[in-house]
Amino acid sequence: MNRIIAAVVASFLACAPAIADPVAGGRANVVIQPEPPSLMLGLVQNAPTQQIAGNIYEGLLRYDAKLEAMPSLAKSWEVSDDGLTYTFHLEEGVKWHDGAAFSADDVVFTADVFLRQQHPRFRAILEHVASITAPDANTVVFTLKAPFGPFLNAFEVGSMPIVPKHIYEGTDFQNNPANNTPIGTGPFKFGEWQKGSFIKLVKNPDYWDEGKPYLDEIYWHVIPDAASRAVAYETGQVDILPAGSVETFDIPRLAALDNTCMTEAGWEFFAPQSWVWINTRQGPAANKEFRQAIMYALDREFIKDALFNGLGKISNGPFAASTKFNDTDIAPYPYDPAKAKELVKASGYNGEVLKLVPMPYGETWMRLGEVIKQNLEDVGIKVEIVSTDVAGWNQKLSDWDYDLSTTYLFQYGDPALGVSRTYVSTNIAKGSPWNNVEGYANPEVDALFAEGAGTIDPAKRQAVYSEVQKILVDDVPNAWLLDLGMPTIMRCSVKDLITTGIGLNDGFKNAYIEK
Amino acid sequence: MDFWRRFASNRGGVIGLVLLVIIVAVAATAPLLFPNNPWKMVSRPFLPPFENMKFILGTDTVGRDVAAGLAHGARVSLLVGLVSTVAALLIGIPMGALAGYFGGRVDDALMRITEFFQTVPSFALAIVIVAIFQPSVVSITLAIGIVSWPPVARLVRGEVMSLRKREYVEAAILQGLSAPSIILRQVLPNAISPIIVMASLMVASAILLESSLSFLGLGDPNLMSWGYMIGAARTVIRQAWWLSFFPGVAIVLTVLALNLIGESLNDALNPRLSRRRS
Repeated sequence: MNRIIAAVVASFLACAPAIADPVAGGRANVVIQPEPPSLMLGLVQNAPTQQIAGNIYEGLLRYDAKLEAMPSLAKSWEVSDDGLTYTFHLEEGVKWHDGAAFSADDVVFTADVFLRQQHPRFRAILEHVASITAPDANTVVFTLKAPFGPFLNAFEVGSMPIVPKHIYEGTDFQNNPANNTPIGTGPFKFGEWQKGSFIKLVKNPDYWDEGKPYLDEIYWHVIPDAASRAVAYETGQVDILPAGSVETFDIPRLAALDNTCMTEAGWEFFAPQSWVWINTRQGPAANKEFRQAIMYALDREFIKDALFNGLGKISNGPFAASTKFNDTDIAPYPYDPAKAKELVKASGYNGEVLKLVPMPYGETWMRLGEVIKQNLEDVGIKVEIVSTDVAGWNQKLSDWDYDLSTTYLFQYGDPALGVSRTYVSTNIAKGSPWNNVEGYANPEVDALFAEGAGTIDPAKRQAVYSEVQKILVDDVPNAWLLDLGMPTIMRCSVKDLITTGIGLNDGFKNAYIEK
Repeated sequence: MDFWRRFASNRGGVIGLVLLVIIVAVAATAPLLFPNNPWKMVSRPFLPPFENMKFILGTDTVGRDVAAGLAHGARVSLLVGLVSTVAALLIGIPMGALAGYFGGRVDDALMRITEFFQTVPSFALAIVIVAIFQPSVVSITLAIGIVSWPPVARLVRGEVMSLRKREYVEAAILQGLSAPSIILRQVLPNAISPIIVMASLMVASAILLESSLSFLGLGDPNLMSWGYMIGAARTVIRQAWWLSFFPGVAIVLTVLALNLIGESLNDALNPRLSRRRS
């Protein structure tokens, strides 16, 4: 008898590693860089906020790596034949983290009131929407003014995080005390935030998607120094290094460690592109030739190899190469200092000092600022670096108090969602570092972007977007640098973390850690 | 030349002086030795030292010449060290002299202000000041000056208090000389030696403060300084030791030189107090 039991146990043990079922429990330790200014995703949408708060809040839809829609808060949806009516059927029995019931009213409030006021990117989408209604508690209907090609791509959590109506209605959104303890419907609840140390999310036991999430808690560690972040991974303090959390020259060394997996997946939706913001309103940069000179002066091959460890691709224009409507016929500006000097002279530049405010996202980005300054000084443009912290940098961009700055922004799967916002003149407004900060206004570009967005046929859209790319590449409203490569480094025992086109940002719903 | 004899009798002081002369010479001739801007990317990144004699100390993360950075950084370090010390003296000496000379309520008031600055940790205060005014060479110099004057004020106050009771000062008062003229002509000249000694040490600590601020990323982003070089290199210390090693050595040597000189000056200027001479 004993022998039989032993045999059964032995066979069971032998089988155990082969079972690939997710394991419940455990804690994920993740690096967050830099510390986000807030976790209220409806108000703040910079990268670290999206990375954490995407697990607290949810959108109506999720997207796979090919950017096809998947259910989330909406379990199913229909699009009318004329492309004007989008009907979403919501999950039933969904509860906010404070226990209140979630309903279609929350969705209508979020889209029509909250995000219309607070979310510049979503506001641009709302331009196409005629009405948002809730015929019953579990149905939401968006009616469009005219067909809008990428509309079904607009419901990801960072684009449209559903916020609780019962907490925000009638309050001053920016100063609502609940912003410090965000309440969403997502798989994880806000636990604790020790400023400068860590942000803790805990499992939402009442999560509507039965059985998920698997992890008990997630710690996002704030470690302000890149070398310390690399050490934290090596010593086992953290298990997941999101893209951008270690310096690029450390990546090959870390990727070669035992039990370490690296992937560039999970960024298909964002397709981040970096560029130099040029304040086209004032000074020498108001001149097109001067801006072209900047483009020729930047040694982007060097920037890619020396600063980004060869990851990424030199941008040929405002559309990231991995996005659908990038015109591959457009050649990137070559590195040509001689030509840049000529153009600087032709532009009538007479020695004004340009203020460069580098994006303070760590050493690589600071070095990038220094390299840009040097590249520009080599062709006779005087540059002064102004260093500041993340909040100060956001502030300066929002107030247009800069001449040059660096950034990288996401393209959100479609030029009408992620590209046009940077270049159309209707999106010039103080108060946001993510809109048309450079102040570029060109009626032709506005018209083309509008046409591209209103067209459904991909071939026609391509023609329109090719034209807009040619105009922008000639005008250089911003100096494009690289389409960034974004490697995530983690222990191989962390499974199913990256299952969508936005990767980590909503990945912890499915993630588990193999014992 | 009694002064020099006494100064030279302390071998450390001579070594310090030689070191300082070399550092000053390098700083002064930096534009000639390294005519390129130290921010210029001159070679491939991470070139190890002593491999290419054109860039004898190697290149940094983006291919900038480390030796050029050191030479140009010396200018910044010395300049900030000197100017901020002068600033500290300009605040500290009048405060101390007035407090020591007049005593009473003036003394109380001025010393409470001094104590206020002394109780705030000086480095933290410097960080706050620089962060408020945005990092630039002016704000950094000012910040270091503001946090380092209290010891000067206390030293000068003590000296002035004891000198105040000397007969020649009393004689000057009886002669009807005005207080400013007594302080400036009779008292301060006699208190100058300890101030000089202290100032030389303050330059050293100012250089350290500037390096620490730059290390933390609060340096002037447009000036190459030693602290910046170490701060930028610390993330790659495993791949490229030389990027933090050479500027570190430069800081150590400069601070050491100034300390040795300070000690030697003390011997030379206060022969009766000297520990070395019997």
